[in-house]
Amino acid sequence: MENEFDIDGLVDTENGVISRELFVNRDLFDRELDRVFARAWLLVGHEGLVPNPDDYFVSRMGKDSVILTRNRQGEILVLLNSCPHRGMKVCRYDQGNAPVFTCPYHGWSFSTNRERVDSPGALVGVPRFEEGYSGQLDREKWGLPRCPNVVNYKGSIWASWDPDAPAFEDYLGDMKLYLDTALDHRDGTPGGSEILGGVQKWRVRCNWKTVSENFAGDLYHEVSHISANLAEIGMTKGKGRREALPLRYAIGFDGLGHGGLGFPPSYEERPFEPGLYGDPEIDDYFRDIHAARVRNLGDRLRVGIVVGTIFPNMSFHADQPRSLLFAHPVSATEVELWRMYLVDADAPQSVKNMLRQYYLRYSGPGGMTEADDIENWTSVTTASEGAIARRYGFNYQLGLGKEQPVEGLRGAVQSGHYSEGNARIYYRRWAQFMKGDSWADMMPGRSDDR
Amino acid sequence: MTVEMSIEMTMGMQAELQRLLLKDSVSEFFVREADLLDARKFDDWLALLSDDIRYWMPMARNVAMDDFDREFTAEGLDANWMDEGIETLRQRVAQLATGVHWAEQPPSRTTHMISNLQIMSVEPDAAAPQLVTTRCRFLVYRNRLETEQDVFIGKRNDTLRREAKDWRLVRREIYLDQNVMLAKNISVFF
Ligand code: FES
Ligand SMILES: [Fe+2]
Repeated sequence: MENEFDIDGLVDTENGVISRELFVNRDLFDRELDRVFARAWLLVGHEGLVPNPDDYFVSRMGKDSVILTRNRQGEILVLLNSCPHRGMKVCRYDQGNAPVFTCPYHGWSFSTNRERVDSPGALVGVPRFEEGYSGQLDREKWGLPRCPNVVNYKGSIWASWDPDAPAFEDYLGDMKLYLDTALDHRDGTPGGSEILGGVQKWRVRCNWKTVSENFAGDLYHEVSHISANLAEIGMTKGKGRREALPLRYAIGFDGLGHGGLGFPPSYEERPFEPGLYGDPEIDDYFRDIHAARVRNLGDRLRVGIVVGTIFPNMSFHADQPRSLLFAHPVSATEVELWRMYLVDADAPQSVKNMLRQYYLRYSGPGGMTEADDIENWTSVTTASEGAIARRYGFNYQLGLGKEQPVEGLRGAVQSGHYSEGNARIYYRRWAQFMKGDSWADMMPGRSDDR
Repeated sequence: MTVEMSIEMTMGMQAELQRLLLKDSVSEFFVREADLLDARKFDDWLALLSDDIRYWMPMARNVAMDDFDREFTAEGLDANWMDEGIETLRQRVAQLATGVHWAEQPPSRTTHMISNLQIMSVEPDAAAPQLVTTRCRFLVYRNRLETEQDVFIGKRNDTLRREAKDWRLVRREIYLDQNVMLAKNISVFF
């Protein structure tokens, strides 16, 4: 018997109280896999992981293993990495190149090449086909399930399993502008970023939402990072303080669930900060890039952001450091974090080196800021498992009622610098998904009627 | 036994002795280093590192047997677990000393164990070694708070240089035997 949850009772964003059950309850977790992860648009990777035909990268969507691959026709595809015959994980390497995927268990094989199959992922080889199956098997039905929606957005690859999902750009709304600041070239031209080789993957004993919520706009947790600030982990050989940024605003997209810490739209570029990079050569490079940015963007509207979250579990650092984060659910109390780091493809190697070293001492399990965040997240989880602790909902009242529309952005609100407005937006969205609301209800402004 | 034979034997023994003494001195250095880390004497540990140290910890991919070239992320190019020089190692130590670095507050209990030590090369020779490359296995046990524990096991390639009558660590490559890192963070040194 399925346990019915009173989702609205668990998520009271009007009063800013959210139940701890969201972060520890196993039944809620199982339902999330179905109602959130099987429907929402999820980040699955980057085109740089599969640059050539037949390249693949094994990724995850919720708890499902998926294969991100590029076929010989150049299409980027996402296939379920579980054999339809008995469930074996068909592809067991992290990354590589394979013209066909052959299951190690009984040897069924699958192809994405449209010269061999009508539907990429279809079955092409079955041992003892004549003898055992009388030469009859529906090769499409028994192929690797293919994700119906896959989008390459400026190199980042996104997918949704829901055939009725809204178009990716509708799902993003104007949060797209903020995501662009991570994916676009520093000189303001669209795209142009690449990922460093190697995806950091590590396990943390906390609920996946604890991570996504933090990056959606928690400027309030500055006390967590006092030690990193005191140690001055800035960009060149670790000089300069990381908190010397102008105060960011919590900007959220109500009705979509996304949010971040950044700056409202403006028509002016922030001035170049000389000396930020320490090394004069690198300083010069970024001075030129800044000048090019001013030229390229002209008097167009622009936004700036530091961190953000795209509902449900993708977060990003947009400025320096610059990375994409996946918070893959493992259980109610465990998450697998993946980080991919971004640089401009055409930056000189010296700049890439400086950035790589900066990113790694900032983020990831070895990151001097992230290490402290993680300590908090795990403690939050273990201290919420008790029967008594669970009775006490978390307080999300910071900045309650201070939401103001953001001029120039559809559906955006900001609630000052120190606000949990974005978390309230995030959990409102979560509640809609968990109640199984229809896309028509969840995307009211949407024009298409797919 | 001729005189020539006994001279030859003595010389052979001397070379063997020099090799053993060198290995013992390197082993003593690593044990001393491990002891400093476990005693949380991080400033003293920093003093064992040369100013031009490279401290690098790649990530391991699951690859096929014929694809081992791509098993580890590339130095100087790819993302890694750690990619450090002396300045940033000093900063990590400074962060530990702030008293508000929650990942290590309260501090972890650690035990560093080293085994399978091999001297891979010596320059110019074992009689007066200046630069030594070594290979060993490490086990770093971390226990923190009430019940949290992590075991980091892997291979380490080190380069030591003779400076001021002692060894200084010039290069450390840390190959952890994990794909998905099972520890939540790396707030320890290897
Ligand atoms: S499980 Fe894949 S062929 Fe049987
Ligand atoms: Fe943080």
